[in-house]
Amino acid sequence: MADIVLDHITKKYGDGYEAVKSMDLEIKDGEFMILVGPSGCGKSTALNMIAGLEDISDGELTIGGEVVNSRAPKDRDIAMVFQNYALYPHMTVRENMGFALKLAKVDQKEIDRKVEEAAETLDLTEHLDRRPANLSGGQRQRVAMGRAIVREPKAFLMDEPLSNLDAKLRVQMRTEVAELQDRLGTTTVYVTHDQTEAMTLGDRVAVMRSGILQQVDTPGELYNDPVNLFVAGFIGSPSMNFVHGKVSGNEIELPFATLPLTDELCGAVGDSDGREVIAGIRPEHFEDAELVGDHLGAGVTFEAKIDLVESMGSELYAYFDAGSDHVDKVEQAASEAGLDELAGGDTNQIVARLAPESKAHRGETLKLWVDQDRLLLFDPETGERLRA
Amino acid sequence: MENTGREKTLWTIALVLVLIFALIPVLWIISLSFKTPATITDQSFIPTEFSFENYESLFTGGISESPFIKPLINSLGIALITTFISIILASFAAYAIARLDFPGRSVMLAGALAIAMFPPISTVGPLFDMWRALGLYDTWPGLIIPYLTFSLPLAIYTLVAFFREIPWDLEKAAQVDGATPFQAFRKVIVPLAAPGMFTAAILVFIFAWNDFLFAISLTSSDASRTVPAALAFFTGDSTFTQPTGSIAAAAVIVTVPIIIFVLLFQRRIVAGLTSGAVKG
Repeated sequence: MADIVLDHITKKYGDGYEAVKSMDLEIKDGEFMILVGPSGCGKSTALNMIAGLEDISDGELTIGGEVVNSRAPKDRDIAMVFQNYALYPHMTVRENMGFALKLAKVDQKEIDRKVEEAAETLDLTEHLDRRPANLSGGQRQRVAMGRAIVREPKAFLMDEPLSNLDAKLRVQMRTEVAELQDRLGTTTVYVTHDQTEAMTLGDRVAVMRSGILQQVDTPGELYNDPVNLFVAGFIGSPSMNFVHGKVSGNEIELPFATLPLTDELCGAVGDSDGREVIAGIRPEHFEDAELVGDHLGAGVTFEAKIDLVESMGSELYAYFDAGSDHVDKVEQAASEAGLDELAGGDTNQIVARLAPESKAHRGETLKLWVDQDRLLLFDPETGERLRA
Repeated sequence: MENTGREKTLWTIALVLVLIFALIPVLWIISLSFKTPATITDQSFIPTEFSFENYESLFTGGISESPFIKPLINSLGIALITTFISIILASFAAYAIARLDFPGRSVMLAGALAIAMFPPISTVGPLFDMWRALGLYDTWPGLIIPYLTFSLPLAIYTLVAFFREIPWDLEKAAQVDGATPFQAFRKVIVPLAAPGMFTAAILVFIFAWNDFLFAISLTSSDASRTVPAALAFFTGDSTFTQPTGSIAAAAVIVTVPIIIFVLLFQRRIVAGLTSGAVKG
């Protein structure tokens, strides 16, 4: 067990393309760290550099206090779980799981004991003598995990290990992975493009975009306190709504309502009257005005014409149009922040998550309430969050 | 499909025709090999007098007298050594070409292809002179070297195709599991490429086994003459008898190892050994 420290790690390819740019990240001993970001953001490259499968162009990588930049993967004492499992098809499950120990010239009895122990934890005992080809996707995935845990390595590296499973199995395996990591307490770096996995699994989450680390924080902090437009838009599902806003005095004019600014936000925008900003509001910070009691705190009520209603049973998503005059500006800012790469980036539509009792109907006008305290403001030029 | 029945019949007829066309000459040779010298020209497809005389004559006199035993040993030895060296060299080369990105990779493949296309007959003259000067004329290495030259491109091409099928991640997994690059190659890649290796091995073996051109040009005695060349030097019992019977018997005998070789490894040449390695 060990901590992993990335100090200004850079990956530069022969053609000058930088896949990872000067990445600083400190993964504590026993921590479950998630690297998340859209495809091509450099998260897998970063993981491969930690594993030693790709050379580090610049910077220093330390595992357990030792600089390992020039060490071969086999000398780093790390185990890796691959997206496509990468099980050896010509070996049985038992041989697959014991392969690393056998290479390390561990006594055969000891190998058997460890493999059987791991198989028991992973519910694989009855499959030990089968070959990977005869196993289901979930079983293969567990063998891949088993191959990692029998080693008792310093760290686990997982490269989208659940992305090949069907949706139901993925949720189930997600719980199992979390439990396993919790029990073993081994430092784990987990790469995923799925923000739900990132939010549910990690002790901390590192959000990456275009090779640059955006923010490293606990899932809760990332959600409530994102540093920029990209993190705000990437974390959370459905994602945060972005609208164009104009500050005037202590208020901000949004396309659908005018909201008073909290003291904190006033400090953040400064006293520049008429400043244009991007405002971010999470879907759950809207509510059907009729259902808002006094307990929800200060808010503003406005009317909106509902375009679409999706009922999930436990909640209800109402989509309404924010008006087209603001769209261009928001779209430009969002595309600069890289949000257009993400699915569902329709900036024209605003999503509100309402209580299931809401009477919202398609095509009707509904009175909506918005929580004025939960507004986040971003600089339209840089995408940075505006803070006091 | 509507025409399943009719299509099936047509296919069967076509198949039988092709089979007859391919097998008649083989059966004829077998038939000839069992005929006695007196009945060899009787034009009957099934031997009227059945005898093993031709086979016996091939082996009478032991290694020193028999015109066939020494060439058979030469053929086996030269073909096996060629296959062994060719597969080892080709698997290293193919692995490098399939896995590594190095300058000149495509040139190398193109070069290999060019060699395979090169007409062997044009090299025979120079080789004859060179081998005589180097003392390689009429020796085993004298045949093994040109066989390697012409079989390597074939083997490399076959193996590159197989190596490319193997998921890259398997090798990464082996390396993370603690294998050196060579261990990863030997314990993970080679077993998975085994079907490809057997395919390549059979092709190389058949090429070396069947070659007549180099065998006849670069040998002069039983020291290294292989069976295809030795057949041309068979003599009849007297000056006026054709050695047709013994040639037929020898031809049958040299065909047997090929058939055994293919049958033995046929089951290994099955695609799909890699199924289950990755999601599928």
